[in-house]
Amino acid sequence: MPDHEFVIQRVAPLERRVDAIQAALDDRGLNATQAVEELSQLAEEQWVPRNGARVVAKAWVDPAFRERLLANGHAAVTELGLPMPKHHRHLVVLENTPTVQNVICCTQCSCTAFTIIGLPPDWYKDLEYRARVVRESRTVLKELGLDLPSEVEIRVWDTTTDTRYMVLPVQPPETIGWPEEKLVDIVTRDGMIGVARL
Amino acid sequence: MDGMHDLGGRQGFGAIRHTPDAPAFHARWEVRANSLYAFAVRRGIFNMDEYRHAIERMEPRHYLAASYYERSLTSLATLLVEKGVVTREELEARAQGLFPLAAASGPGRTNVPTRERLKPGDRVRVRADYVPGHVRMPAYIRGKAGVVVSESPAYPFPDAHAHGVEAQDEPTYDVRFRSEDLWPDAADDALVHVGVFESYLERVG
Repeated sequence: MPDHEFVIQRVAPLERRVDAIQAALDDRGLNATQAVEELSQLAEEQWVPRNGARVVAKAWVDPAFRERLLANGHAAVTELGLPMPKHHRHLVVLENTPTVQNVICCTQCSCTAFTIIGLPPDWYKDLEYRARVVRESRTVLKELGLDLPSEVEIRVWDTTTDTRYMVLPVQPPETIGWPEEKLVDIVTRDGMIGVARL
Repeated sequence: MDGMHDLGGRQGFGAIRHTPDAPAFHARWEVRANSLYAFAVRRGIFNMDEYRHAIERMEPRHYLAASYYERSLTSLATLLVEKGVVTREELEARAQGLFPLAAASGPGRTNVPTRERLKPGDRVRVRADYVPGHVRMPAYIRGKAGVVVSESPAYPFPDAHAHGVEAQDEPTYDVRFRSEDLWPDAADDALVHVGVFESYLERVG
């Protein structure tokens, strides 16, 4: 029997699968290639943790802004010209205190306020964090380098709806009085997820 | 559906691989896959609930082994085929190989007719519902009691919105659970806040 009747079909490499979709959409006049260029630029250059860092720094130096931010996060970040996608209708800003540590996650997928705190890092999307942080929060935080005293209450926020969360870290006491621009530089993505204190 | 994606509280997973400075993307195809699904949502080809559900419908071994952006890509391709935009044959011919897609969807459902408006401070229990289609109630809160902390603006009801079923938008409530109620004697002490749709809740005592 000739060999060519037995074509072994293998799973196409990921890159070729992406190419296939993009070309198929382009062929139908949907201009996917142009959209990919525009959206990639947004994802790589606009949706970055520095946006959230600006929000945090302003909240530290401007008590009126902080109050507006805690009352209505979506409206407050819009004031700073920061966009949120249409389906994210609400941004809840979770204020850490010396005795409360908020930490955000998404156990079912990897939802985040990505236009504000940046696209989520690998570990946030990994199965380990998603499975464990709701049940073993203190252990997980310790593994990530945040060993909290037992009197600190941990509040875990599972992003199950299109309401989004970000953590407002405690301002390090040694930075009180710094100018806002300088404070922006000390705010990390981990701090806004809540797995680090600054 | 009680799918493989619903990971909250599952045991057996190892240490978190913490990479504080890792970039969001590691290859061009990842950026492109992310942009293509976002483009399809913006074009109205499918909505976010359909997108999430098509990821959940991936065969469990494929789901667990796939990277995050392979899951995005699989959902995108599945929905483009299901919506009649492309055929699987065309995608496989273009990709010169197999293009694994997610499994077919179960039925959706509309709002629970007996749901009631809740307010902060209300004691609630999550209904012990077993839903064949898309649902945004993580299994770890099913049947569990908590307290309503606040309310969010109404959103499309995911159980319907992922399936093209007519439904009203619903308020969602920030419900606070105690980890010891979720996993008695088997969890670190913490408060766990979950955004819960009105249809998933009933008031207690």
